[in-house]
Amino acid sequence: MADAANQVPDRIPINLIVNGNRRTLDVVPWTTLLDALRDHLALTGTKKGCDHGQCGACTVLVDGRRINSCLTLAVMKDGAEITTIEGFARDGALHPLQQAFIDHDAFQCGYCTPGQICSAAGLLAEGHAGDADEIRELMSGNLCRCGAYPNIVAAIQQAMSRP
Amino acid sequence: MNAYVGTPTSRVDGRAKVTGAAKYAGEFAADGLLHGFVVAATIPCGRIARLDTSEALKVKGVLDVLTHTHRPPLAGKDDAWKDEVAPAEGSPFRPLYDDSIKFNGQPIALVVAEDWETAKFAATLVRVEYREEQAFATDLDAGRSKATEVKQPHEPRGDAVGALAKAAVRHDADYLIPTEHHNPMELFASTVVWDSSGRLTVYDKTQGVQNVHKFLCSVFDKKPDDIRVLSPYVGGAFGSGLRPQYQVVLAMLAALALRRSVRVVLTRQQMYGLGHRPATIEHVGLGAKSDGTLEAVTHEATAVTSRYEDFARNDSGWAEQLYKSPNSRYSHKLVRLDVSTPCDMRAPGAASGVCALECAMDELAVALKLDPIELRLKCYSDRDQSEDLPYTSKQLRECYARGAEAFGWSKRNPASRSMRDGKELVGWGMATGVWEALQMPVAARIGLTANGHAEVSCAASDIGTGTYTIVAQVAADALGLPIENIDVRLADSTLPQAPVEGGSWMAASSAHAVLGAADDIRQELIRLASAMPSSPLAGVDVADVILVGGTIAKAGDMGSAVSIADAMRHGKLERIEKQKLNHFAEDKSYARNTHSAVFAEVKVDEQLGVIRVTRVVSAVAAGRILNTKTGRSQIMGGVVWGIGMALHEETVMDHRFGRIMNANIAEYHIPVNADVQDIDVIFVEERDDRINTLGVKGLGEIGIVGVPAAIANAIYHATGKRIRRFPVTLDKLLA
Repeated sequence: MADAANQVPDRIPINLIVNGNRRTLDVVPWTTLLDALRDHLALTGTKKGCDHGQCGACTVLVDGRRINSCLTLAVMKDGAEITTIEGFARDGALHPLQQAFIDHDAFQCGYCTPGQICSAAGLLAEGHAGDADEIRELMSGNLCRCGAYPNIVAAIQQAMSRP
Repeated sequence: MNAYVGTPTSRVDGRAKVTGAAKYAGEFAADGLLHGFVVAATIPCGRIARLDTSEALKVKGVLDVLTHTHRPPLAGKDDAWKDEVAPAEGSPFRPLYDDSIKFNGQPIALVVAEDWETAKFAATLVRVEYREEQAFATDLDAGRSKATEVKQPHEPRGDAVGALAKAAVRHDADYLIPTEHHNPMELFASTVVWDSSGRLTVYDKTQGVQNVHKFLCSVFDKKPDDIRVLSPYVGGAFGSGLRPQYQVVLAMLAALALRRSVRVVLTRQQMYGLGHRPATIEHVGLGAKSDGTLEAVTHEATAVTSRYEDFARNDSGWAEQLYKSPNSRYSHKLVRLDVSTPCDMRAPGAASGVCALECAMDELAVALKLDPIELRLKCYSDRDQSEDLPYTSKQLRECYARGAEAFGWSKRNPASRSMRDGKELVGWGMATGVWEALQMPVAARIGLTANGHAEVSCAASDIGTGTYTIVAQVAADALGLPIENIDVRLADSTLPQAPVEGGSWMAASSAHAVLGAADDIRQELIRLASAMPSSPLAGVDVADVILVGGTIAKAGDMGSAVSIADAMRHGKLERIEKQKLNHFAEDKSYARNTHSAVFAEVKVDEQLGVIRVTRVVSAVAAGRILNTKTGRSQIMGGVVWGIGMALHEETVMDHRFGRIMNANIAEYHIPVNADVQDIDVIFVEERDDRINTLGVKGLGEIGIVGVPAAIANAIYHATGKRIRRFPVTLDKLLA
């Protein structure tokens, strides 16, 4: 293989509006949104569990929609509004989903939790989930190895029932 | 006073976990942090003939590529590599030590670069040539005839083989448990922070910081003060973090080689090169009289281990605790294969062995035309038969009764294929669970300040089990303070001693260390309060004095109360610090176990074979439950693991290449949210004054034990098909 082919591509400047703040960063094109958040912006609340879109731990909201940030290149999201778990609590007050996850003990190790909460926020915005069966189905992209699923469903139902 | 112990207290680390503030091993920052990416072997057995790193080294941003010929020194004797949970027999794996390949996926090089993507890219440019050993083996079924027997879980009693042959009703079968991987959600990671003095601070994904600390000191010939290991949050482990894993050795090597801070994070695929629940063939023989009393139990487990270490657990001996039989024989055999050494995985031994035993009991009940609970009650053992000991407590009968009632077992039609819901066959099955109630030496330190705040510290890890929370609860009650005033520090190798977090022993062990330290604080406060002028506590019996509501008071007499602040001010103390090692009276005249009765409902699509677990009731007797909220979650999680073991989980090896084919979490199936429906956890009241002061037994393992069997038995009841090769998948039902 020629040496030239083995070099890291040039960095590209991009803007991301992360939790309401404009952030400018230089990334190589192969940097995923997940690695941009964790390694470039030190927002480690978004978790890496597989890097292949299989576990959902990296779920964030992009322009209000839930996505796996490991399957998205940062350069594709230039100018986008990103909400990560760090953007949920306001002035120290927890988001209703965060409080519901604590109330229902909807996690143990906590590693999948930011992704679960972001995914649940996306689910609520979509408005498709009515009953527990629909929540279970539509939350099945977010794995929880501790097995907190019934508590996750209960927490989402609590957050849904708030006026 | 129990304001917190026994209540559904929310996790004290909950806020950190729902806000993203909780930091895991691969998330700690350091100036000039470098990133390592592992190159893994693609053959199962042989030697590295040539390792060419030149192309990788040309990539801008790559600092070094470490290999077995290019690395800082590593210890050369096995003893240095034996951590506190290493198998007694064998030679532990040493990453980048020499040119030998012991298993597919073994690390053979570490590319170190300024950023992670560059390291990952350059790793693809490392060229490897092997001298492959063709005569490798990875298949347990094929290797069964070469199994060697290791230590028996219990001595045989009577003539089990003879009694089995003569029994009026006999059941004798193999049950097959596949290789399984823990797959915690967090990727295995280590961040080694280098400082100019040469000290190394290691953030590691581990269940035991002091185990890793001791291991690293011996492997790298360092003094204890040179290395500090922390794991404040662990994103699940389930046994995979009991032994130090290779990424921490690689991160240390790179930090020492480059004198920089280094992080190494494994990929999900690479984590399949760590330990695993070994595949086992469980051969169970049960012989009974026609009334259902047992005459003989034989259980022979044949399990996989690696070529370089003998990993063996008690798979086969559990009937000794559960079912009365005058004759018994339990044995464990190992088949050494070209795979990585297995390791403990949630309820090691019991999850597999009791699965087989409880399926066999169900088959015997069918043969005897007895209700499965009735059979278990006929054989119920009030004593541990191996040592002929009574139990400190055993409310298993109550588990059967309460679980059956909650499940509605009395409405079960005993005939298979007799219950239906539309196009689905309905099956109800049950099984027993059993685990040990273990306790280990743990020390805790409490620092109480005059403002009524306390810091409680211990090296134990909280791997999602709730240790932070129960330690805070126990301390708050013992010190008579609100839980908000308790600050818990865990998982730092410089804190008071703790073993690895495993075996369900940490709740009882850490709680009693905290109780001990709190009692020393209490005595010191009584001394201070008694010495005050005209003290209401002067001359009172120390045993009658409690700490309550921020005061020191004679129990039941708040008129005698002296505030902690006043007592400490008078004694001119701003802080009292006490450290205590827990103490358990080793009373060998009792057996110590936790028990459960598990009931499962399945619905099976008759045409498609799709299996759904629609209800599980788990009735658990495990002494006093310190926290009914986090405790319920632990059992629920164990049930979800049981669903995975019954229906989903299997690491599939291509034996032609000795390589795992589904090394990812799309093709290695674990239960997802839609796979889990109603789970009802019942804690059966079990007062135990013998086991320890609080009567605590531990919950981490018991939740999974018995669950896969209850589900398999329900599938038999639904369909009339007995599947003995786990997991039970639709292709096996339709075959």
